[in-house]
Amino acid sequence: MTGPAQAGREVSRRRSRSAPGARSENRWGYLFLTPWFIGIVFLTAGPMLVSLYYSFTDFALLSEPNWIGTDNYVRMFTEDHRFWGSLGVTLRYVLIAVPLQLIFALVVAVALNRGLRGLSVYRAMYYLPSLLAGSVAIAVLWRQVFGREGIVNVVLRFVGVVDPPSWIAEPDYALYTLILLRVWEFGSPMVIFLAGLRQIPAELYEASAIDGAGKIPQFFRITLPLLTPVIFLNIILQLIGAFQAFNSAYIISDGTGGPLDSTLFYTLYLYLEAFTNFRMGYASALAWVLVVIIGVFTALNFLASKYWVHYDDGDR
Amino acid sequence: MTAITTARRPLRGRRIVLHVVIGLGALAMVYPIMWMFAASLKEDSAIFSQIGLLPPVFDFANYAEGWNGLGEPFSTFFLNSFVIAGLAVIGNLVSCSLAAYSFARLQFRARAFWFAIMLGTLMLPYHVTLIPQYTLFFELGWVNTYLPLVVPKMLATDAFFIFLFVQFIRGIPRELDDAAKIDGAGPGRIYLQIVLPLLRPALVTGAIFTFLWTYNDFLSQLIYISERRLYTIPLALRAFLDSSGHSAWGPMFAMSTLALAPLIVIFILFQRQIVDGIATSGLKG
Repeated sequence: MTGPAQAGREVSRRRSRSAPGARSENRWGYLFLTPWFIGIVFLTAGPMLVSLYYSFTDFALLSEPNWIGTDNYVRMFTEDHRFWGSLGVTLRYVLIAVPLQLIFALVVAVALNRGLRGLSVYRAMYYLPSLLAGSVAIAVLWRQVFGREGIVNVVLRFVGVVDPPSWIAEPDYALYTLILLRVWEFGSPMVIFLAGLRQIPAELYEASAIDGAGKIPQFFRITLPLLTPVIFLNIILQLIGAFQAFNSAYIISDGTGGPLDSTLFYTLYLYLEAFTNFRMGYASALAWVLVVIIGVFTALNFLASKYWVHYDDGDR
Repeated sequence: MTAITTARRPLRGRRIVLHVVIGLGALAMVYPIMWMFAASLKEDSAIFSQIGLLPPVFDFANYAEGWNGLGEPFSTFFLNSFVIAGLAVIGNLVSCSLAAYSFARLQFRARAFWFAIMLGTLMLPYHVTLIPQYTLFFELGWVNTYLPLVVPKMLATDAFFIFLFVQFIRGIPRELDDAAKIDGAGPGRIYLQIVLPLLRPALVTGAIFTFLWTYNDFLSQLIYISERRLYTIPLALRAFLDSSGHSAWGPMFAMSTLALAPLIVIFILFQRQIVDGIATSGLKG
């Protein structure tokens, strides 16, 4: 963003400025940042260090933390089947929901980007669910829609299915209702895709049309390659968001992660350990493992991006 | 099929097909929300037997029943949610714009270092600071108050908005600052009289998203608030679900519909800002 010209200007400004002025600006700089400094020390960096420390203790809120070394981590990896279960649930959720969500987002964005009239109305309708779906109100709705007497089963009975299950009460299906809820939120990556599609120069399509390329080859040879930076951005944003999903699983399972832990998201397990069992030391260890998992997924994506994301040569 | 032939073929038919497909898809997307609204106007027995939207009669009994279904009226919970969201908006705008102005315009020691720290906190999962923050607020006696929900916003912990504002301030011509400096204005006056007014579009975006996130937030409200009088809308809906279970879907849907109403109003009023905010800066919508 800051071009060399601006950087050069900053350097020359710094040189030309007299010492007293610079000292006063230094003071102002720190003064304006005071709220942020307090926040970073007491609410971000400090708590991070404390949480790292807690993760090596048996801290339980009302008692003093005792150092227990790596016991929390050892127990987590060797004995705690709920940890592995919640990790499995979360990974399944992320790895199924995010790709589906992005595919829908891309397909609808491409369809909407064809100069149709009423684009803004369609866009609003496709986008609206992602604004609402994170709320407790929609999770409440979802519980009913996929319940035994829910609207989905009313439809199924109507078309002749005998005794359809209660989708949220069946361990085999419950997670998929949450995945569907997530996929329904494809409007926000779709909006990002639409903005990306608008950046692709129309001349490219015109030129290839003259060469006789059809719509489908154009999609794979022009649209998709030029959109890869936007696809990459969407993957990172949605991945990080999906790993931290909480509300829907909490409401649909009554805060238990049931049935049979089938909707026990990692974040929900962490919440239960910290705030219903008050095993805060252990929960801190869970939090750090989550950070590492998200970090690894993000880093892998960045590494892999070298092989499939095409950045414009003119990019600064 | 080549582009030339498709270009020659009358496009009208294809266009209509595309409109129909996209239109049906759009209706399917909003159908669950419309269905919930319709269900909130029906009797319980009718909710589960009807797929269609229109109730035989518009019956607002569910709203009356739900509004007072928790002992405390829902007006209390709406007020609580709005107070928290309002304070969060003010906190975020003030603290983040101050920090952003400093990062974007002022020369101070170790600026690059602190800026890197700020960027580093952008993607940090909330959970890693959750427990120590809780113990801190617990020790301060802030549990069951709104302070844990509001004070962090006043301390610019939503670094995303700092980043957003920094980007925006960098686009404001420096000549304006310089001219004001020649007139003898210090950084305080430049911030108040030049940067803040010009930052307005970004401030609007920041206010909208802070409101949406705070209003929809559930986890931190769940952790810090347990007194019914202090409940917010998400907590009230959860309590309602627990107390009435599966017996009173009508009132439940009525209150859920009302809970979504502020979000839908904001969406209608600020659609352009919301869409731009997501499209240009990847704000979580």
